[in-house]
Amino acid sequence: MNGHRYAVDVPVGTSLAAVLRDELGLTGTKVACNEGHCGACTVQVDGVPRLSCITLVHTVEGEVTTIEGLRDHPLVESFVRADATQCGFCTPGQIVSAAALVAVSPAPTRDEIRHGMAGNLCRCGTYPKIEEAILHWRD
Amino acid sequence: MADAPQRARGEAQYTADVLLPGMLHAALLRSPHAYARVKKIDVRRALEAPGVHAAVGPEDVEALTDEPGFFGAPVAAIAANTVEQARAALELIDVEWEPLEPLLDPDEAVRRGQLTDEPRRNERGDFERALADADVVVEGEYRTQVVLHNPLETHQSVCRWEGDTLEIYTSTQYIWGIRSRVAKQLGVEPDNVRVVCNYMGGGFGAKNDPGEYTYVAAELARRTGRPVKCALTRREENLAAGNRNATIQRLTVGARSDGTITALGGEFVNAVGWDGWIAPTDGPMQTLYHCENVRTVTYGAKINTAPMKAFRAPGYVEGTFGLECLLDELAARLDVDPLELRRKNYAHSSNERPYSSKNLMECYRRAEPHWERRHELRTRSDSTWKYGAGLASQIWYGGGGPPSYAWTRVGSDGRITVITAMQDIGTGTRTAMAQIAAEELGVPLDRVRVELGDSARGPFASISAGSSTTPSMGPAVRAAAADAKRQIIEIAAQRHHLEERVLDISDGNVVSADGNLSSPLEEIVGLLENAQILGKGARGPNPTGMQVLTFGVQVAEVAVDVETGEVRVLRVAAIHDVGRVINPLGASSQVEGGIIQGIGHTLSEQRLLDPATGTVLTQSLDAYRLPTIADVPEIVCELIDKPDEHLTNLGSKGLGEPPIVPIAAAIANAIRDATGADIHSLPITREEMLRALEAAKQKQRGAPAAV
Repeated sequence: MNGHRYAVDVPVGTSLAAVLRDELGLTGTKVACNEGHCGACTVQVDGVPRLSCITLVHTVEGEVTTIEGLRDHPLVESFVRADATQCGFCTPGQIVSAAALVAVSPAPTRDEIRHGMAGNLCRCGTYPKIEEAILHWRD
Repeated sequence: MADAPQRARGEAQYTADVLLPGMLHAALLRSPHAYARVKKIDVRRALEAPGVHAAVGPEDVEALTDEPGFFGAPVAAIAANTVEQARAALELIDVEWEPLEPLLDPDEAVRRGQLTDEPRRNERGDFERALADADVVVEGEYRTQVVLHNPLETHQSVCRWEGDTLEIYTSTQYIWGIRSRVAKQLGVEPDNVRVVCNYMGGGFGAKNDPGEYTYVAAELARRTGRPVKCALTRREENLAAGNRNATIQRLTVGARSDGTITALGGEFVNAVGWDGWIAPTDGPMQTLYHCENVRTVTYGAKINTAPMKAFRAPGYVEGTFGLECLLDELAARLDVDPLELRRKNYAHSSNERPYSSKNLMECYRRAEPHWERRHELRTRSDSTWKYGAGLASQIWYGGGGPPSYAWTRVGSDGRITVITAMQDIGTGTRTAMAQIAAEELGVPLDRVRVELGDSARGPFASISAGSSTTPSMGPAVRAAAADAKRQIIEIAAQRHHLEERVLDISDGNVVSADGNLSSPLEEIVGLLENAQILGKGARGPNPTGMQVLTFGVQVAEVAVDVETGEVRVLRVAAIHDVGRVINPLGASSQVEGGIIQGIGHTLSEQRLLDPATGTVLTQSLDAYRLPTIADVPEIVCELIDKPDEHLTNLGSKGLGEPPIVPIAAAIANAIRDATGADIHSLPITREEMLRALEAAKQKQRGAPAAV
């Protein structure tokens, strides 16, 4: 995970999100609904967005990337510049999803952004700024 | 934003991230009945379950009840090593319930006199007579639904006792309110309650009070000698963490044929729930327009549903929907332009009290180009998709008030720290306060750091509700910065044998008026070595005898599919008058956020109950439909940005709430413009839209044939 190897010993049935937050202290990944509806807990497994709150840790095969592994990604700076955070609770999940999107589509259109990001809820309604941040992530 | 990097990088610590050594987790047993009595409760089996340390019930914590009045009311709680163990043990609490007949219909509650409070009546002039004399009378019944705050961080607290001092880490909008409420409830000295909230994941009005989760965590922590976290699940959040109450509004307007409004009347039923207060649903009718004859009555219906809480402009969001739709129906009846109708009935004072500032007419003027777009827009309509535009005005509070305090500390390195024990609910408070201090002190923004979020580490600060954070706190910060600046200039004057009045601080340098002195701040304060300059500031009073209010207008453009009932909001232009704007970028974010939350309220969000049992059917974010990024229209934000000359040393009002106030009515009026259908009920689901289209057809058929 994030370029490192970790050994964890948890019961079968433990979610990836619980391991990240409770076992490894990586609290950048947020849990907001704990049932796969809101996207706050999004991480990447081999570059593909995955909802860590409904992913059992024993089923994960591949490299996990969390927000802690993306802190130097240009998207972080573009989110800050665009004011794409209000309360910020959904923001790490938004950035993880956006990083997966721009990895596949480096110059996403507004429609692609809306399609790719529709699974990440933001109750503060920062969506217009999130769209701007992703649109201009390389500027 | 000053703290955006921490949030974006996942470094900001929310209450949800607080992990104390030895911390236990609490889970709450909630009522499966909308109304019941707990005849017997026995926690003995639960206490023997794996990992369980303690249990509390209605006799131990006042916030737990043995007569639950709504589905999801908290009855008992368990503390265990893990949250899974605590939840599993809930199943082992033996409860004998006596289900009672729930009352769910707010009109029926009013008929039975089952009210939360005395009906609130407001009357001026002679409504009946004015109505009798009116050329035109329009009546309508409007309904708004229950919507839920659903902040992404659920309500939660972590409590730890250190001797006789209670530490509370909590997701709150009011650190000092939690401190005093908990101290009073537990019978401890307020100074023995420390409340910490560095970052919080949204509140929108639902996190002003401690809540059962705080009291339960405090009691379980006392009993076990361990820190205890009590965090609501998302489903609990959808049951029992507050809501915007439903309303029924029976409204009447009388006018002269030239459009002058002569009579306004309203009967408002607020479906308050089992507990709560009567939000001012009548507020817009009382204050938005000039009218000499106004009569309103507002009932608080006590029914077996979860208690309401404040939700972003409570009462005014609901009341503006009714009033502004009614006004457009009047405009249609009189065949006058809706914007002209609003100008014609402009209020120049509020019940004879002058406004501290009001630039609503300027908002209307700036709305004109957006309003003009409707002519071209309508031409895009075809047999399926109908296009139209609508507008609605906004009035709301937002002046803030005293008391609030701030300190500034200037170190010998010339760096400034602003200290105040307030909270930031995600509205960019650290940035705005840093801007205010930097400007007053004449230093670059990056020299200023803001420390907040801890009642033990700063002076009293006000609640972050009622759009009051900036107008309440900002003046105190400015005064504290001015106090520090005065001291710095005094030192510089002595050092350089100059008069204080010729000195100023600019871009981080102490400068003299003649230009001969330009000395970096750190050189002046560096003379002090370990000594520091401490400034203090307090929030002064609001202007006596004046009304401090915010104003605005929004123009919405929609497309309606008349075959399927789909409504798409295409564009919203929002023009608001909130005094001086501190942070234009952050301000635009508040406008966008309010509009998007309002679009959810207007089109998709609705807490649904089983009408027979009062069971909540929409418990997840799958069933309860929040707006997503795909639902967002083009949003144009314009702020008047004129300082309110009567209001504090800052001239700023708040902006958190105003943008959500007019959006529902603007959308509904746009739908009428596009389709001819009157919208009287929220949310405008496809089913509701089709019903309204059918009603419009019936009305047209029933009407006399055109000559």
